Amino acid sequence: MSTRLAFDGVTGVRGGRTLFEALSFALGPGDAALVTGPNGAGKSSLVRIAATLLAPFAGRVSRAGDIALLAEAHALDPELPLARALGFWAALDERRGSVGPALAVLRLDHLADVPVRMLSTGQRRRAAMARVVASGAQLWLLDEPANGLDAVAVGTLEALIADHRKQGGIALVATHLPVHLPGAVPIALGDAA
Amino acid sequence: MSGLAALVWRDLRRAWAGGGAALPVAFFLLATILFPFAIGPDAALLARIGGGVIWAAALLAALLPVERLVAPDLEAGVLDQFAVRGASMAAVAAAKIAAHWLAFAPPLMLAAVIAAGLLDLPAETLGMVELGLLIGTPGLAALAVATSALVAGLRGASALAGLVMLPLAVPLLIFGAGSLAGGPAALKLLAAVSLVLVAGAPFIAGAAIRAGNS
Repeated sequence: MSTRLAFDGVTGVRGGRTLFEALSFALGPGDAALVTGPNGAGKSSLVRIAATLLAPFAGRVSRAGDIALLAEAHALDPELPLARALGFWAALDERRGSVGPALAVLRLDHLADVPVRMLSTGQRRRAAMARVVASGAQLWLLDEPANGLDAVAVGTLEALIADHRKQGGIALVATHLPVHLPGAVPIALGDAA
Repeated sequence: MSGLAALVWRDLRRAWAGGGAALPVAFFLLATILFPFAIGPDAALLARIGGGVIWAAALLAALLPVERLVAPDLEAGVLDQFAVRGASMAAVAAAKIAAHWLAFAPPLMLAAVIAAGLLDLPAETLGMVELGLLIGTPGLAALAVATSALVAGLRGASALAGLVMLPLAVPLLIFGAGSLAGGPAALKLLAAVSLVLVAGAPFIAGAAIRAGNS
């Protein structure tokens, strides 16, 4: 079955407040979606619904393929050296060999032996992105991937997503910062009244 | 799933590296030492109540690590990462129970030997205490993880954890301490209570984690 992520009339509700209603889109291999909107518009909730972490209030979500999630929290043990912290998840994904290349492509290879708690905000963000790259999953669900990144790192991120799509992957990117995704399906979430 | 074995190993490493595994044991010893100070150096009296003292202290010591069993992983997004990889939260909770038991029970049972010396317990009483702890601590570990999942993210989580966990641990205390006088029948009931907790806690913890997410 080919990689796929589709929302069919999905309504997202958080704390009794309707964030978006009857949202539908379908992404196939090589597609991307760019979710934009002001703070509190439901971008993170949309990503969490796509990631199976949150049940939609109404509608149906269908997906085919493994999920790699970049959420607000980096989920890396702070006391471990970066390479080992990433290695824990790579071992779960049975892709131990992929940590080194992922660190290199995000220009973190010189920090491989540094404990995660010593990293800067931007470095941690890139480290979390390295986990997504290393996972080899087809569905990338990225929540504010550009937060804390400098211009060069945002360029790297855009190149990584483009590369991932070229290989038949899907990317769903929620961001309030400009991230250039050519041909991405725009999903603009309204004002959180 | 080999991932759960990896989670057990990781939790165990973190428990020891963070010093969190030593803390409950130190607390346990301190709590047992308080009794001779409070009651006085009456060896016969201490020997009679000593087994019960060890059980009560073990229960209180089990409360200490509750706050760091689930909440840190929930905040750090570790549980989310397991969820998107298709792991059920009940299985994750079961792994956490196994890891917590491995970090908590063996040091506690060693410390019980020291406590028995301080309380001048006879050897056969110590033997019964150790056997009871071996049977009862899995239930205690399961209860700790379930409680931890229930109170994760709440304000005043540690105080609430005590209120949730201690009443539910009373059967373990009754049959654990009771086995010192009651013998095999009490041990069987202790095993039954422990088994119920171990069997039920992963599902309670899993449901609590999922409920906290939505």
